[in-house]
Amino acid sequence: MAITGFLTDSTLCIGCKACEVACKEWNDVPADGFVFSGLSYDNTVALGHSTWRHVKFVEREPVTGHGGNSPAHVTWEFSSDVCKHCENAGCLEACPTGSIVRTEFGSVYIQPDVCNGCGYCVVTCPFGVVDRRPDDGRAFKCTFCYDRQKFGEQPACAKACPTGSILFGDLEAMQHAADARIAKLHGQGMTDAKLYDARDTSVGGTHAMFIIRGDERAYNLPSNPEVPTVHLRAAWTSAAIAAGAIALGSLVAFALTCGTAAPAVCGAADPAACDPSTAESAVPHRGRR
Amino acid sequence: MKVPTATSEAQLEQLRREAEINGRVSRPGIHPPNAPFPTTSYYELPLLKPPVWTWEVPAYFFVGGAGGAAAVIGVMARVSGSSPKLVRDARWTAAIAAGLSMPLLIADLGRPERFLNMLRIFKPQSPMSVGAWIVAAFGGASTAAVLFPRKLADISAFASAALGLGMSTYTGVLLGATAIPVWSENVKTLPLHFGASALASAASALELMGNKEKALHGLALGAAAFETYIGFELERKGVKTDLLLLGGILSGPLPLALRLLGVRRVAAAAQLAGSLITRFAWVQAAKESRK
Repeated sequence: MAITGFLTDSTLCIGCKACEVACKEWNDVPADGFVFSGLSYDNTVALGHSTWRHVKFVEREPVTGHGGNSPAHVTWEFSSDVCKHCENAGCLEACPTGSIVRTEFGSVYIQPDVCNGCGYCVVTCPFGVVDRRPDDGRAFKCTFCYDRQKFGEQPACAKACPTGSILFGDLEAMQHAADARIAKLHGQGMTDAKLYDARDTSVGGTHAMFIIRGDERAYNLPSNPEVPTVHLRAAWTSAAIAAGAIALGSLVAFALTCGTAAPAVCGAADPAACDPSTAESAVPHRGRR
Repeated sequence: MKVPTATSEAQLEQLRREAEINGRVSRPGIHPPNAPFPTTSYYELPLLKPPVWTWEVPAYFFVGGAGGAAAVIGVMARVSGSSPKLVRDARWTAAIAAGLSMPLLIADLGRPERFLNMLRIFKPQSPMSVGAWIVAAFGGASTAAVLFPRKLADISAFASAALGLGMSTYTGVLLGATAIPVWSENVKTLPLHFGASALASAASALELMGNKEKALHGLALGAAAFETYIGFELERKGVKTDLLLLGGILSGPLPLALRLLGVRRVAAAAQLAGSLITRFAWVQAAKESRK
């Protein structure tokens, strides 16, 4: 089975939110309420347990020359966000039930019949994608339309996209398409266009890539996402030191104070009890006294 | 306070004329940082999700940690020939803590009835998976240590202590190996911090049960000294919330001073409260600090 990928191109997105709607409808994702964010026209705000596609509205200082912008009007960058389906996925590594798996399409999939809602994937996702649905108790995120891909269909969002902003296909083909598109944009003078796929980080690349302009942080994408397993060595080393210190500390504490109940009982009164080598005999001995 | 000038008043007049004539004004006003044009953040919305964990998880960190350290103290007390009361109290503390840990952890799950799914695999790269196995095994060993007859109880207590070392420290790994900045930036500190906190709470709990062994005092004193150091270290790194500060004072300098003055029972109570508050503070810090 081919490894597939998304290429989401913010320079082609018109912010129609067809992807958000298509995703909700196909996957039966519950509504997430009427929210007025007060930020731009983006009232979806973020990806979450019930939002697996999210169109970001990045407002920019007026820029002339592209898309017929006049100098008096705000420039818009729209970008449809989605689970990145990381090559080294923090959620997948952290999942203690084995609910989160790598599919034959290379995507990261939460099996809803196995998830027990421990919530550890929520804090190990470096992109803030996975979330636990409060009324359901399980974690949810984009499935990469695993069910549709099983039938050779493209994901609902990609199929519904009217401008080709969301492309879907073989991962390698998507990478080539991205390179070609960026070269074209650069040729047109849009020199700040770039690919965001976290390839140079410990995440090791993503199966959902994005063409964005300028600083990725304006799109709420981390500059240096890290798969949390990179911290494991330091963490366990520290835990081993702590465990050693607790064991050794308590051994020394009891050896030095010869396990006596109070200073009066200790030492001179019964030197034998102070010797750890005769410790086994100490309990019955004191029992006799 | 600003002083009205000819320029400022002329600007206001001009603004009014423009609004009257055109129905709109062309000047942009003042841009608050990052608004309306995001540059280095997306309207300053947090990038990461906060932990979904409720009070059960930090409460478990406290109970499980104290129980784990108590099991270790129990074994050391046994081999050094300490009083049978201390050995018995330590084993019961471990067993009761293990008994409380299970329901706390299960209650926090979104689907508690699926708790056993944790034990369908073992995944060394997941601290949560490693932890689930440690808790389960610790629960068994600690229960056996109080229920079984002498020799079997001793063997179980030894197993319980070995697992207890894991119980009192792995929770630091659990928090450290995540994407939450305030946790992962302190990944080396957390297991030591939580381990010291666990040891202090176990020794203090046993002291409050009426055990007067100097070793307990010594351990709690050492833990308080270490916690004082950790507190300064966190302060230096700029990790500070009100709750962390409160937990830090109750775990570090306050019991340290009290113990040096010989006020052991008050110090023990402070250390227990400090350990509990510290665990809540670290979970709370993640909810406050995500970026």
